[in-house]
Amino acid sequence: MKWSVLTLVGADQQGIVAAVSNILFEAGCQLAEASMMRLGGNFAIMLRVRHGTDQDIAALLAPVTRSMNLHLHLDEDVAAAVHHIEPDVHITVYGADRAGIVAQVTGVLAEAGLNIIDLETAVGGESDRPIYIMSIEGNAKLGIDKLASALQSLGDDIEVNLTPIDTLRG
Amino acid sequence: MDILTYPDDRLKQISAEVENLDDEILHFIRELEATRQQGPGAVGIAAPQVGVEKRIAIVDVSNTRKPCDNHGHMIMINPEISEWDGMVMGREGCLSVPDFTGNVIRAEKIKLNYLDEQGKAHEIESSGFEARAIQHELDHLDGLLFLDRLVSRRTDLFKRKVYK
Repeated sequence: MKWSVLTLVGADQQGIVAAVSNILFEAGCQLAEASMMRLGGNFAIMLRVRHGTDQDIAALLAPVTRSMNLHLHLDEDVAAAVHHIEPDVHITVYGADRAGIVAQVTGVLAEAGLNIIDLETAVGGESDRPIYIMSIEGNAKLGIDKLASALQSLGDDIEVNLTPIDTLRG
Repeated sequence: MDILTYPDDRLKQISAEVENLDDEILHFIRELEATRQQGPGAVGIAAPQVGVEKRIAIVDVSNTRKPCDNHGHMIMINPEISEWDGMVMGREGCLSVPDFTGNVIRAEKIKLNYLDEQGKAHEIESSGFEARAIQHELDHLDGLLFLDRLVSRRTDLFKRKVYK
């Protein structure tokens, strides 16, 4: 058995997750961490799957990727069996949509030592005046103060909020 | 003592009130505290986490990395929350659920009654991180884990500090 990272993308439609996961289950595969969501009008699946070394996942899923017109990509899992990294900071960003928000914000944060664990963005607002919203969880390798001061260098047209995450262990 | 980890059915039971604060119970409380201190950075522990279904919990947030309001080291016997106020989201993990943390909404302020190990009744108000720890531990007495209260990462109720 080995672990792979499976990516599937296609136009959103009802039943994708059930169809994909059912085929994998019937074939004796096992799923681990997954992230699946609607992105614009698409649906995207990223998941870790454990399967037989001789099992051809693309061939296995061919009936559903064909009928639902999904694009499939398979990578070898290079980091199997790692523990979770816990985020210690949560950052939200929003502002009038324009090109470069993600690049600018994540550039400043990377420089200040942030390891991003989870990032989600959305476009909302009125269609002729869209706003961009981003939510980031990460690990501040050089400390949260360093991130906070780095964020001050960003322009006035985006709002940035930084909250430390103090995980309770009970 | 060994910490039970989910999926262990004993973590999902409702614990019984303590009727007599006898030597056996006091001895157990000392053992429970020793077990908490072995856990990596655990601010609390509840009796069901070591398989004893009695309404006993310990909370101590006086040594957290980020200081917070607290009542010191609390041994709570037959604790009961009588008032809840406000809502706040925070990240929780649990000795009984290794290698996973998640977001949970808790009351920001609570009013609580309990007996200490001498049998003395206390009524306290607690808020913030300590209130969260108390709610987390008291849930164990009712067979609830933070997994029962998970909310999505997208549910955004973090209290904000604005830096810009």
